[in-house]
Amino acid sequence: MSAILSIKEMKKSFGSLDVLKGIDLEVKESETIVILGASGSGKSTMLRCINFLEMPTSGEIHLNDELVGTVRGKGENTNITYRESDLCSLRTKVGMVFQQFNLFPHMTVLENVMEGQVTVLKRKKIDASNRAKEQLGKVNLLDKIDQYPSHLSGGQQQRVAIARALAMDPKVMLFDEVTSALDPELVGEVLQTIRSLRDEGMTMLLVTHELGFAYHVADRILFLHEGQILEQGTPQDILFHSKQARTKEFLKGHAAFSLPNPETD
Amino acid sequence: MEFSYNWDFNSILFNWDVLAHGLLVTMQISAITLTAGLGFGFFLGLGRYSRLQIFRFPSNVFVELFRNVPALVVIIWFFFAFPIISPFEVDAFTAACLAISVNTAAFSADIYRAGIQSISPHQWEAGRALGMPYLTILRRIVFPQAIKRVIPPLTSRGIEAVKLSTLASVIAVNELLYSAKQLSAIHFNPIEAYTAVALIFFMIIYPLTRFSYFLERRLGHSD
Ligand SMILES: Nc1ncnc2c1ncn2[C@@H]1O[C@H](COP(=O)(O)OP(=O)(O)OP(=O)(O)O)[C@@H](O)[C@H]1O
Ligand SMILES: [Mg+2]
Repeated sequence: MSAILSIKEMKKSFGSLDVLKGIDLEVKESETIVILGASGSGKSTMLRCINFLEMPTSGEIHLNDELVGTVRGKGENTNITYRESDLCSLRTKVGMVFQQFNLFPHMTVLENVMEGQVTVLKRKKIDASNRAKEQLGKVNLLDKIDQYPSHLSGGQQQRVAIARALAMDPKVMLFDEVTSALDPELVGEVLQTIRSLRDEGMTMLLVTHELGFAYHVADRILFLHEGQILEQGTPQDILFHSKQARTKEFLKGHAAFSLPNPETD
Repeated sequence: MEFSYNWDFNSILFNWDVLAHGLLVTMQISAITLTAGLGFGFFLGLGRYSRLQIFRFPSNVFVELFRNVPALVVIIWFFFAFPIISPFEVDAFTAACLAISVNTAAFSADIYRAGIQSISPHQWEAGRALGMPYLTILRRIVFPQAIKRVIPPLTSRGIEAVKLSTLASVIAVNELLYSAKQLSAIHFNPIEAYTAVALIFFMIIYPLTRFSYFLERRLGHSD
């Protein structure tokens, strides 16, 4: 099985609100998956369940064919429990970048990128620093390493956040609307960073409203509706030949994003 | 009505050593209650913030109890009631230190808690997403940011504790106020004695207050 990440029947409820109603997904190594869906359809919740920032109510997640969590009970009554240490080690393998950057304001750019490496992966300071610089170089921020986040533009902060996640050497990266909080002129530099990650073969799941970008980077697009994957396929399938009324309706709402012409592209 | 009072500060100056000793005891009480109160308050604050009921419940009871009973009542209680219901001998000095510490701890606990809670949940999330365990996030991400926000209110709390030390005089602890009372009983100069005490306190506390304003401005600006 070549799936690096495999999700089976993943459900999530908040009290009586069923947000995810059974997600099944196999993610192949180096695959880039874009998740689309209306506000409230559960996109963020899905990503957050994959790295256990939220605990799934039920279902299984396998990373590299290993089940995350421990199965308790027998027969009908099996349930999965999680230990903090297991979750922490899982989270180092699944990196996540948020809409709001969430850099640590009391640390410099370099320290931000070193922090997880030193405190979690127990790397030596010198190694962590080298790794951080390598990663910051890739996002073109080597000249900012001694700055504090508050002195950077939103686009620069987001690129630091990406470098911070990548420095942990994750197997999979999750991006939750990472350009939504940016001024329009800063969106490009962040998308460019993600695109080059894709070219390097990183496995990625991203939630975005940038349909043009999705068209160009996605190997597969999922359309999420009310906590279920309503439709999935290639960007062509979903963006131009969608079979579902809900998807079409959603895409219409995004007419402002001019889609590339399918004939010429 | 005759309004010419004959100020007699000589009896104060000749007995300066009595007040100096009182001042020393005041300083001792302050030092002990600041250390114990602000230190213990930190753990109480964590307890109140904890997700675990076994930490949260006792911390809450402690804080609510000692925030809502006047410090003076607690001092008297520790001195007269505590020794009866417990096997420990408690002298006046210890009783006063205990009571003021406990009061300071209860009030500072909420300063610490508010400081921790003032840090955005997004910071926690960023730490967790990197695989950092709870305590590492507290230590590396939350505390360093919270400390700036708690230092100014903690300084005010510390100043309050120094003022509270005068309450120890009601159970005859030889601190500054009580020393003045003794002086005035011997030399019949209560006005001068208490004036001296007021001046001494002002000279100690005013700079501290200025310092706390300074901290507030300094730390408020830096982020
Ligand atoms: N911690 C929570 N507690 C209760 N309800 C929640 C929580 N997080 C999300 N929800 C609910 O779950 C549903 C899905 O939320 P989610 O954030 O996953 O949607 P989304 O698809 O990411 O939407 P958006 O495009 O607005 O970001 C919403 O109805 C939301 O109110
Ligand atoms: Mg969302």
